[in-house]
Amino acid sequence: MTAALEIRGLHKSFGALAVTRDVNLTLERGARHALIGPNGAGKTTLVNLITGVLQPSAGHVLLEGEDITRLPQARRTRRGIARTFQINQLFRGLTVLENVYLAVAERTGACNQLWRPAGAERAVIEEALAHLDSLRLADDALRLVRELPYGRLRLVEIAIALALRPKVLLLDEPAAGVPSSESHLILDVIAGLDPDIAILIIEHDMDVVFRVAKRITVLVQGAVLTDGTPAEIVADERVRAVYLGEEAHHG
Amino acid sequence: MAVSDASLAPAHARAVTWLTTRHHWRWAEALPWLIAIAAYFVFPDRMTFGSQVLIMVLFALSLDLILGYAGIVTLGQAAFFGLGAYTVGLLSARLGYGEPISGLFAAAAVAAVAGFLSGLVLLRYRGLALLVLTLSTTILLQEVGNLFKDFTGGYDGIPGITIWPLFGVFDYDLYGHTNYIYCGVVLFVLFYVVRRIVYSPFGEALAGIRENVNRMHAIGSPVRWRLVIVYTIAAAISGVSGALFTQTNAYATLGVFDFDRSAGVMIILILGGTGRLYGAFAGGVIYMLLEDYLSKASPEFWQFGIGFVLVLVVLFARRGLFGLVEDFGGRLRKPKP
Repeated sequence: MTAALEIRGLHKSFGALAVTRDVNLTLERGARHALIGPNGAGKTTLVNLITGVLQPSAGHVLLEGEDITRLPQARRTRRGIARTFQINQLFRGLTVLENVYLAVAERTGACNQLWRPAGAERAVIEEALAHLDSLRLADDALRLVRELPYGRLRLVEIAIALALRPKVLLLDEPAAGVPSSESHLILDVIAGLDPDIAILIIEHDMDVVFRVAKRITVLVQGAVLTDGTPAEIVADERVRAVYLGEEAHHG
Repeated sequence: MAVSDASLAPAHARAVTWLTTRHHWRWAEALPWLIAIAAYFVFPDRMTFGSQVLIMVLFALSLDLILGYAGIVTLGQAAFFGLGAYTVGLLSARLGYGEPISGLFAAAAVAAVAGFLSGLVLLRYRGLALLVLTLSTTILLQEVGNLFKDFTGGYDGIPGITIWPLFGVFDYDLYGHTNYIYCGVVLFVLFYVVRRIVYSPFGEALAGIRENVNRMHAIGSPVRWRLVIVYTIAAAISGVSGALFTQTNAYATLGVFDFDRSAGVMIILILGGTGRLYGAFAGGVIYMLLEDYLSKASPEFWQFGIGFVLVLVVLFARRGLFGLVEDFGGRLRKPKP
């Protein structure tokens, strides 16, 4: 079976600075894969390379066996790669409903419609509301995004990504900055996602990583240090040294 | 997901109602049109000026579509106004064809083609780069017109423009009554088109581009195509406003491409408020009245007055005069506890 997402020999350098070095990574269908590593390890850069925000200097990105390395970002999204952002990227002046409506409408092609009112697209509205429901955002549907508390914004981020019905979902620190009283909601949402979606999650919080991931890749200075099951990663002395040790330092 | 309205939770019902009714016409929307009709009877001898106000409102409306909704900041909208003005002028002066309605369509087509082609190239850029590029494109067009001044008449204007009676029946009177009604009807038709567009899913996508273009890319939106399409539509509408300008004045010079016109229409939107359809009306009327009054009171310094009002608006009414009206209306409806 072809993997949902496969990265082969991915390399990215800005001048003399190599931020991604020969990274190989495979996500099978339904994968729950975590990407961890100290600050500056190039985790977000890798997400940007996979989604097409950045072009790699060398290497390939394959979606279900097809090479998408040269496709622009929007085309990759339409083929089934969705992401959330570490720093919220929302339509701040629009309502929560409109934020998710847009994602659904761009996916279905409803946005090519210039003459019929947006409100006439009932199927789009119903689906947007269903996504809001599943993230318990329905009560906030008509509030402007810029008026929402931070924790809710993280949920809107996820709602938009889910509205794209992705095959591969990249979650860039979905619970970052969310108080623990609300982060369990985000975890529940991730745990309840469609088992067919391949998920790559970047996260600093080890509790989140161990709860979600079945496999973990450790990235250090742009290169893969090791990968394995959570138990193997915990047992790995090198990982302890570069990452878990550092965490203990902070905590 | 096939849930009937009745069984939806209240939050759902509210959300659905809001999105399915927000494009419905409100009673207050009749107000600007009633004022326009009233003006016809109250100031019958000022209809030539009235026509120019309606033309500016239409021009500002075209800019609002791309600036207010899609967030494209441009200083080159006069290019399309000028192309529309010259299409009609040259058709009459060089080919002897002066039928007004088909002239509007010709002007819209020429401006749309120019908008589409320039949009394909220019809309790769945003912000300051786009500002300068649109500005230089307009100046280039003006200079091309000047280069072929035997054909275009240059800054002296196109000689000998004759516009045929409307529908072959309604001739133009000295007081501009016919022109006023003509411009008013064209404005209403194109306003209706713009209103349909801004409330459509496409219009929603434009707002998305304005609010966060990065996220639009990340939800798979073909952003540049959306921008090129709306830029083309806005160009066509600007072209029509330019055509009306030539038709109502029976006159056009290369001055139609002036930087003042591009900047003036942006001032109109800032005065009136961007991204709210009726901002173009409020701003257009106030700008034209100020210009008319101040230029009579002080032919040399009238621009100082406009500038002063602009400073006041930017300092105390950031969302434009129409934003003030909204705030006031909101306060009437929701008395403070």
